[in-house]
Amino acid sequence: MNTWIEVCDIDDLQADSGVCALLKGKQIAIFYLQRRQEVYAIGNFDPFSEANVLSRGMIGDIGGEPMVASPMYKQHFSLRTGVCFEDAGVSVPAYPVRLENGRVAVMLASPPVQQKSPSLAVCEME
Amino acid sequence: MNMKQTLVVIGNGMVGQNFLAGLVASNAKDRYRIVTFCEEPRAAYDRVHLSEYFSGKTAADLSLVEDGFFAEHGIEIYLGDKAASIDRERKQVTSAKGVIVDYDKLVLATGSYPFVPPVPGHERPQCLVYRTIEDLEAMKTAAAKSKVGVVIGGGLLGLEAAKALKDLGLETHVVEFAPRLMAVQLDDGGGAMLKRKIEALDVKVHLNKNTTLIDDGAECLHKMNFADGETLETDIVLFSAGIRPRDDIARGCGLEVGPRGGIVIDNQCRTSDADIYAIGECALWNGQIFGLVAPGYAMARTVVADLAGEAGSFTGADMSTKLKLMGVDVASIGDAHAKTQGAMVYTYQNGASEIYKRLVVSQDQKRLLGAVLVGEASAYSTLLQYCLNGIELPEHPDSLILPQLAGEPVGLGPDALPASAQICSCYDVSKGQICGAIEAGCTTLGGLKAETKAGTGCGGCSALLKSVLDCELTKLGVEVSTDICEHFPHTRQDLYNLVMVEEIKTFDELLDKHGKGLGCEVCKQAVGSILASHWNDYILKTEHIGLQDTNDIFLANMQKDGTYSVVPRVAGGEITPDMLIAIGQVGKKYQLYTKITGGQRVDLFGARVEQLPAIWQELIDAGFESGHAYGKSLRTVKSCVGSTWCRFGVDDSVGLAIELENRYKGLRAPHKIKFGVSGCTRECAEAQGKDIGVIATENGWNLYVCGNGGMKPRHADLFATNLDKETLIKYIDRVLIFYVRTANRMQRTSVWMENMEGGLDYLKSVVIEDRLGIGAQLEGQMQHVIDTYQCEWKTTLADEQRLKRFRHFVNSDQADDNVVFVEERGQVRPANAQERKHFKLIEEAA
Repeated sequence: MNTWIEVCDIDDLQADSGVCALLKGKQIAIFYLQRRQEVYAIGNFDPFSEANVLSRGMIGDIGGEPMVASPMYKQHFSLRTGVCFEDAGVSVPAYPVRLENGRVAVMLASPPVQQKSPSLAVCEME
Repeated sequence: MNMKQTLVVIGNGMVGQNFLAGLVASNAKDRYRIVTFCEEPRAAYDRVHLSEYFSGKTAADLSLVEDGFFAEHGIEIYLGDKAASIDRERKQVTSAKGVIVDYDKLVLATGSYPFVPPVPGHERPQCLVYRTIEDLEAMKTAAAKSKVGVVIGGGLLGLEAAKALKDLGLETHVVEFAPRLMAVQLDDGGGAMLKRKIEALDVKVHLNKNTTLIDDGAECLHKMNFADGETLETDIVLFSAGIRPRDDIARGCGLEVGPRGGIVIDNQCRTSDADIYAIGECALWNGQIFGLVAPGYAMARTVVADLAGEAGSFTGADMSTKLKLMGVDVASIGDAHAKTQGAMVYTYQNGASEIYKRLVVSQDQKRLLGAVLVGEASAYSTLLQYCLNGIELPEHPDSLILPQLAGEPVGLGPDALPASAQICSCYDVSKGQICGAIEAGCTTLGGLKAETKAGTGCGGCSALLKSVLDCELTKLGVEVSTDICEHFPHTRQDLYNLVMVEEIKTFDELLDKHGKGLGCEVCKQAVGSILASHWNDYILKTEHIGLQDTNDIFLANMQKDGTYSVVPRVAGGEITPDMLIAIGQVGKKYQLYTKITGGQRVDLFGARVEQLPAIWQELIDAGFESGHAYGKSLRTVKSCVGSTWCRFGVDDSVGLAIELENRYKGLRAPHKIKFGVSGCTRECAEAQGKDIGVIATENGWNLYVCGNGGMKPRHADLFATNLDKETLIKYIDRVLIFYVRTANRMQRTSVWMENMEGGLDYLKSVVIEDRLGIGAQLEGQMQHVIDTYQCEWKTTLADEQRLKRFRHFVNSDQADDNVVFVEERGQVRPANAQERKHFKLIEEAA
């Protein structure tokens, strides 16, 4: 039942930044780390500000872990797991993403409960 | 029942006020009802910096009393009412206006008066003294109808007064009875160098002159006749021939006074009546009057301690001084005249640079007894510490005054100082107190200043303060990382220099060469800002887009619900009715919440990200351009209406504000920058609360720098006076680019200034004197920014690729359904959580 849903062209992504996609009524933030040729998808809803803004945050890493900083109040969320760095009790959903034939696809699995679920590892771009 | 005793303080000058401030901060404050008499019409002000009244400061600027001080502490003050007499038997003070107050304890802080030698003619009109703000006003009135001014007395105050005459635009002379200037503090060599330097500033100095008569002049109002037969014509005579203690009220009630005046006090500052104290310049301790403010403050502390039942005593004071007279550094320490038995002297004189230094050391050359510095006084705090703490001198004491042509300057490591060493003499802060504050967690220069007040008076000790801080932190094992974040082992200033020197144009290039990892929102934003400041590329270029923070990335200001606000530029706050209508039409069409900002423009709220391009297209079509409200960049130049309309305006503040705003618009910086331009000293544009403030005077523009409103307000510092527009702009160019290059990330100019070693004087030396030789480079960089200015919205609207980003969903044209507005006072506002829930229920029901 977990199927890949095509979202957009790879050209629609923004290098080293994010975009937001609407998939089955859900807002998904998709980030493209050009330097590592990696794509990540997490929920767009920022639980701290209660606004749909995470796709507009700046990305990078903390101690090697890829992250996005909320543009509102600057809490950091892991792009792999969706867990907040400042408060491990808060997290946003993280989704598997893949790139195939120049198209970006996301799998809307049920949101992760485990913080370090290996099945949620992100696909590297080919 | 009121068990409080009454404490009366006669005199609210610098020392009287310092006493009150100390008292209310002590545990004695609850024991006393406090009453004070102040003869002058205003409460205590800074007499040390009195001459700044002529270079732009107002009486309010000079005030030493915080707003509401008297009310807050329940102090009864009689302003403009002089205490006239004391009845020691009844323990009563009677004022000139007839107020009678019973006292239990009495403090005399009556100060001194200027001595006017009994020269025949000294009572002629425009023969003035220099002590109070009223004296200055009299000088101002007299100067308006005068061409020439003479100061009698070449001491410290006399030279200050000469500066005041110079600032008033008069041909200025100093007449001194002694064979040298500042005869008390300087030796012949130092005095001669000071004379040369002062004469280079176009002040004529006449030494060995004994004035015998002042009578009518031919060209001017007066003619001064000297004992040697020479004469000098002048319109104003300013007496500054020393001070005399004001002890008349003490004499009147039979307190003991010295043979040449002064109220006799003991080590607890008690007079011959144990219930009466005397402090400051009216007091005579051990046959000495102390004409400086620091010893007065020391006496005030002694009395506070005595009243609080604590141990404290006044046992004399060091009379060393360091000051800037008309821009000339002068310092005198201890036994400057080598009067000590067996004293040896070292002298260094540099005629080309006009520097004179003299060291007086003990016979065994182990201890420093005194020093004189003229023209260059950076060694002052080191030398003072040697002298006061009896620290053993290095093998070659002259190394302390010889120029350091190579290698590190010879300084005294803070480790050599005992804990009791006084670091800040203005606020009497010891090294021990500073170390305590550092241990308690103060790890920045700015924090240390705020906590201990050290370095916030004259600022002369800030270099020493910094070295104590650095030394203590190292000892505590606190590694103060100045790295900007984990990705770059560099400060923002380092990164700026790397970008500049290696001509780095992108974040990736910098990260490859000097950093690690992917970067983060801290370093990316900082580097984005640096690249924008230095190269001034379009910030939404593909390679820069990931460096733009919350607001820059959509060229608008994100609000709490994820919508944006839009602010078009309204330079100087001047706007035509048509432009106002255009804004109104846009606001109405897109149903935006509209508010006037503090920066004299209009903010339109509630724009969804996908609406921004259409809104901006309409604004640009109407003639607007980006207001950069979203950037860490120049925001606004606020102005008052100025001389064009205002009855009081002295110059065209609106015109200048528009010119400045258009000049600096688009300049990106470590933080936002705000300007203000006022057309007269009424200061309606509140320029002194801005990063850059400009105030019109009758003789040009006064420039203020590094002010701030916000969380921690800071009054801007007066930077330069009476400038023409060209010089004004040159200075602003230099200050701003120097700030852009050297400030920390997210550091406003105010904090930048607070943390700058050398502070305002250093900034002046870089900008005005160009001591680093980078003036032209700074101006060149500003010119580059100006030449490459673009309205970022115009550029964006012309670029299809860029516009693709301005939608909420990459795969849908729908809007964010989480954005919900409700109406309030006729406009929209974001719905709160409860309202949103309510709407959702209605929606689901439907």
